[in-house]
Parts: sequence; structure tokens; C-alpha cells
Amino acid sequence: MYLVTLTDFLQQVVSGIASGGVYASLALALVLIYRAMDVANFAQGEMAMFSTFISYTLITSFNLPFYVVFPVTIAIAFAGGVVIERIMIRPFEGKSVITLVVVTLALFYLTNGMAGLIFGYILKSFPSPFSSAPISFGGIFVTVQDVGVLGVCLVILGLVYVFFRFTKVGLAMRAAALYPESSRLVGVRVSWMLALGWGLASAVGATAGMMIAPITFLDPYFMQPILLFAFAAAVLGGIESPLGAVIGGLTVGVLLALVGSYLPAGQNLRLPFALVIIVAVLLFRPAGFLGQATVRRV
Amino acid sequence: MSSRFLGISAYVWIAIVVGVVVLIGIPLSTDKFTTFEFANVAVYVIALMGLNLLTGYSGQISLGNGAFMAIGGYTTALTAYHLKHSFGIDSPAILYASIPLAALLAGLFGFLFGFPALRLSGIYLALATFALALSIPPIIDIDKLEFILQGHSGVNLHPLHPPDFLALSDEQWLYFVNCAIAGLMFVLAWNLVRSTTGRAFMAVRDSETAAVASGVSLSYYKTLAFGISAAYSGIAGSLLAISVAYVNPDVFGLQLSLALLVAAVIGGLGFEFGPLIGGLFFVWLPYWSEQVSKLHVGTFQLPSKPDVFYGVLLVVIIFFAPSGFMGVIMRGIGVYRARRAAARGEKIVIAPTAGVLEEESIGEEPSEISN
Repeated sequence: MYLVTLTDFLQQVVSGIASGGVYASLALALVLIYRAMDVANFAQGEMAMFSTFISYTLITSFNLPFYVVFPVTIAIAFAGGVVIERIMIRPFEGKSVITLVVVTLALFYLTNGMAGLIFGYILKSFPSPFSSAPISFGGIFVTVQDVGVLGVCLVILGLVYVFFRFTKVGLAMRAAALYPESSRLVGVRVSWMLALGWGLASAVGATAGMMIAPITFLDPYFMQPILLFAFAAAVLGGIESPLGAVIGGLTVGVLLALVGSYLPAGQNLRLPFALVIIVAVLLFRPAGFLGQATVRRV
Repeated sequence: MSSRFLGISAYVWIAIVVGVVVLIGIPLSTDKFTTFEFANVAVYVIALMGLNLLTGYSGQISLGNGAFMAIGGYTTALTAYHLKHSFGIDSPAILYASIPLAALLAGLFGFLFGFPALRLSGIYLALATFALALSIPPIIDIDKLEFILQGHSGVNLHPLHPPDFLALSDEQWLYFVNCAIAGLMFVLAWNLVRSTTGRAFMAVRDSETAAVASGVSLSYYKTLAFGISAAYSGIAGSLLAISVAYVNPDVFGLQLSLALLVAAVIGGLGFEFGPLIGGLFFVWLPYWSEQVSKLHVGTFQLPSKPDVFYGVLLVVIIFFAPSGFMGVIMRGIGVYRARRAAARGEKIVIAPTAGVLEEESIGEEPSEISN
């Protein structure tokens, strides 16, 4: 039925890795917030969508070049994330999971509704910063777009790593997430660290949005499937592990590309496959690739 | 006013009579459109009762109950479609008969989904149900299964007609059918939450550890809650298909699942009457927001989609009334009772209302035990 050639297979793997970079970025955003406050941010995709619309407006209405728009959007997304945490999330710090899920759901509706109100529901094509010209690597064609998307995502992920590993603020944020009480005692402003975490997650998410939008088109719903893939990536990598999110994202990207091209009706099975990944990981290895099994004391 | 009849206080009797008069009055006094919308309210009340049993009573978050509604809706639609096209059987009786079948299949599916869900709690369960909500529509959409599932074009059904001896419009008949089923399901839910099973649900919700220590089987009651919730959703999905006389995959998308949770929170999770208020919001809020969007203030136009209103309402609810509208009402009744008792010089203890989103997150495990 399907003739699988090696070139074809590798082709799919390569394009899967490229979109995997995007899933990895959004998954990292989810992990950042999960580590800080034990909640999956269901509005992460919508926040990224909103940022992407901002960049779209900057590009089309102000005729700014992409290399200007990209950092500006990231700065706006960062500020937006901080503001959202201060206003909407802060009052609910430490509340039950179900309360926090409902809070992020409220955020989901607000962002989605506002985007629809401001930017409209018509599908827009997002101008790509990269050309879609193919480059050949020994018979496997890779588009400049794929390489560019993966490159940008990896650079952003690298920056986040450097930030957490080598800066004082990064160290304070890690401390605040792991030992809030002790951090407070040594003078870390834990609550502000959470706000920074939200800002950072929002900025990383915005990158994911701007990178995937040229491929998927832009409308207020375009990040919803991506969010599910990012959830699958985060769970697969171990929801508390940033490195796991990256590995999980790339893995999910490749798996989805293979499912999409080799399974019958594969395109329809991509979302269900993400469900299968989530359920399977949680059943057989709840900690994911890199997470640590949690022991609960009662 | 402490007179009681059949063990029920006069206030409650008045409420029941007023309720019944309003229920019967609505279809007889409103136009076809309004009646039809209220028929839909009954459908969503059933769906929300299912979600309330799962999330409100047994404490398991579901962002995917729309998927169970899809199973129910498609059971009815496909039963009618295939009986007609493969066997030439075409009778409205099939639609009615398919409702219990929808409950059964959706319930079974929910029960099975409950097994993996057993190992998941809190945020993971939210993730898995979110994934479920996103997964069902593309599966129905698969081209190669179109000969069974009818793909994206969906399935048309015959609209329901009243029996000849009743001088009712189609909409009125639909309203009474939906309300009768909703009423039945309400009584079942009312009794369920007062039974051993219901108390076990609440024990699991409030503290899994304490529940297990008291001999409540977590696995049994958690999967059971999923099964029952899915069965309710299945009936709602089936009635939705019958009411609209059409199904397609988009009807049961993520928006439906999320809106159900929103409506359940607005109505009040963990209250018997929460779904009633939630159902009214579910149906009428989109309508109101569409009406409001026709008003212009200069160039500023209010949104026609209900999303922003959902968001704002949710924020207001979680900030000021975490147990939803029913929470506010129950607190009001409690205050009133306490005042009356105080006026009589008595002191009564008001049982705390069951709030799932209450400020103090109930059921929290003790974080540390010194040994």
C-alpha cells in the first residue's frame, strides 16, 4: 500500500524534527509554569496565539521587518506574561489543582475571545521569515524554513538554559520553584519569581507561535492542536524536566510526522496519537523520560 | 411556617409548585424559537449533571465530556441512518429507542476510559481528558470510515413530531420529551448522591487517603463515576442529535467540552441544582452575547462570540463566588436560616456547603506528618 523508501522516511524524520522544535518550545513554556506552580497552563497556546497576532499586526500594518518584529513581540509577550501572572494568577497561588485549571481556562477564553474581537476569525497566512527553498543533503531535501525554525527554537531553548544555569535571577527562580519557603528565608522574592516564570513561558511560547504560524496559517484557534502536541511532549519528557521537554518535543514531532504520512488516515490520527502518547506514558512510565518518580507521603 | 407536609417544608412545596408551573408554562407561553432553546437547556442540564457527578461530586476534572456526548449523539444518528439505508427501517421510534443505547455505549466507553484515568489524578487527568476532547472529532472525520461514520458531512435525522392526539408543535413536544428525560435523570442523580455510592464519591473527592482508609475502593468508585458521567453525557448527546436533527464532528469539538466545564463552574460544582443554572447559561449566554454585539458604541462593537463573556464570568466567579451561583444561593439560605433561628433565640449549626472551588481547597492531603 505504501512504499516506504529510506529517503522518504528520512525526509519525514527531518521535517518532524523541525516541527518538533516548535512543540519543544511550547512544551518548555508549559514545564516552566508547571515547575513553578504545579499547574498545566491550558491558556499557554492561546497566549502564544495572541503574541503571534501581535507580530502579524506589526509585520502587516507597520511594515516592520521580521528581525525587528521578533524581539519586539517576545518583549511584549514577556511583559504580558508577567502582567497576567500578577493580575489573574497571583490571587490563586497555592490553590487546588481544579481551581487553577479553571483559572487558566478563564484565561483561555479571555485570550481567545479578545483575539477574535481584535483580529477577527478569518484565516490569515503568516509571512515566513525563511524561504521555502529546498536544500539537498545527500538526497534528503530540507527547506530553509525547516532549518530556520529548528535553529530559532534551539537558540531560544539554549538561551533559557543559559539563563537558568548561569544567572543569579535564574538561580533564584529555580530555588523559588523547588523550595519556596527556604528561598523566601534567604531573600528571594518568590512571588515575583513566579511572575518572571510566566513572562519567560509566555516569551518562549510566542517563539513557538511565530515559528509555526507560517506553516499552519493564523486564526484564533490555530494553537489548540499545537498545545496538545506540546502537552504530549512535556508528559513524554517528564513534566518537570526542561531538557525532557526538548527531547519530548523532538520525539513527538518525529512520531507525528511518521504517523501523519505512514498510517492510513494518518492526518486524522495525529491528535488521537497525542492522546495515546499521554495515556501510555502516564500508565507505563508516569515520570516520562527524565522526570523523577514522585513518592507521596500521607 | 414550620408546617410540613409529607415531611417536606412549606417553602420547598412552594418552590416545587412554582417550578412545575414555570416548566409547563415556558413552552405554552413562548414562541417556537424560545421553546426550542429551552428544549436545548434540558439537554445541557443532563450533560452538566453528568459532569457534576464526575467533577463536582467525585472530584475528577474532566475537560473532555463532550467526547462522551459525541458517542451518544453518533449512536443515535448512526443507528437511525444505517437502519434506514441498509434495512429500510425508518421510524421515529428508533430515535427514542436509541437513547438508552446511547447511554449504554457512552457509559461503557467512559467506564473504559476511567481505567487509565485511575492512575491519573489532578493535572494529568485534566490533560488526558483535554486530549480526549481534541481526539474524537478527527477520528469521526476519517475518510476511510465514512461508510460507517459519514465523515465530515454528518448525518441528517428526521425532526421529532408529537403524537397525533396531542395538539403540540414540534418544538413543544421536543421540550416536553427533553424535560421529562432531564427530570428522570435529575431524580436519579438526586438519589445517587444520597446513596452509599454518592457518599463514596464525595469521600474520594474530599480525601483519597481518608476514603481508602475507610474502606472505599478508589478504583471502583472512580471508574464508576466516569461510567455514570459518560452515560449522562451520552443521553445528552443523543438528545442533542435528536433536537437539532443533525450531527457532524464539529458539534462535539473542544469548544463543547470546555464550555461544559465553564457552565458547570458557573452553576456551581457539587450542588444538585448547579447544572440547572449552568444549562441556562450554556444556552442563553451565546444568544445574549449575539444580541449585545448588535449594539454599537461608536466604532466599538461588543463581541458576538460568547468567549469573552465566558472568560469574564469565570473570572468573576472564581474571584468572588468560587462555588458558583448555587453556592451564593445556598449561602444566602444559610444566612437567612441562621438569622431566623437567632430571632427565636436558638442556635443552629449550618452544615458547610460543599464547595469544590472554595477558597480553602478541601481534601488537601496533609503536607507533612512528623514521625
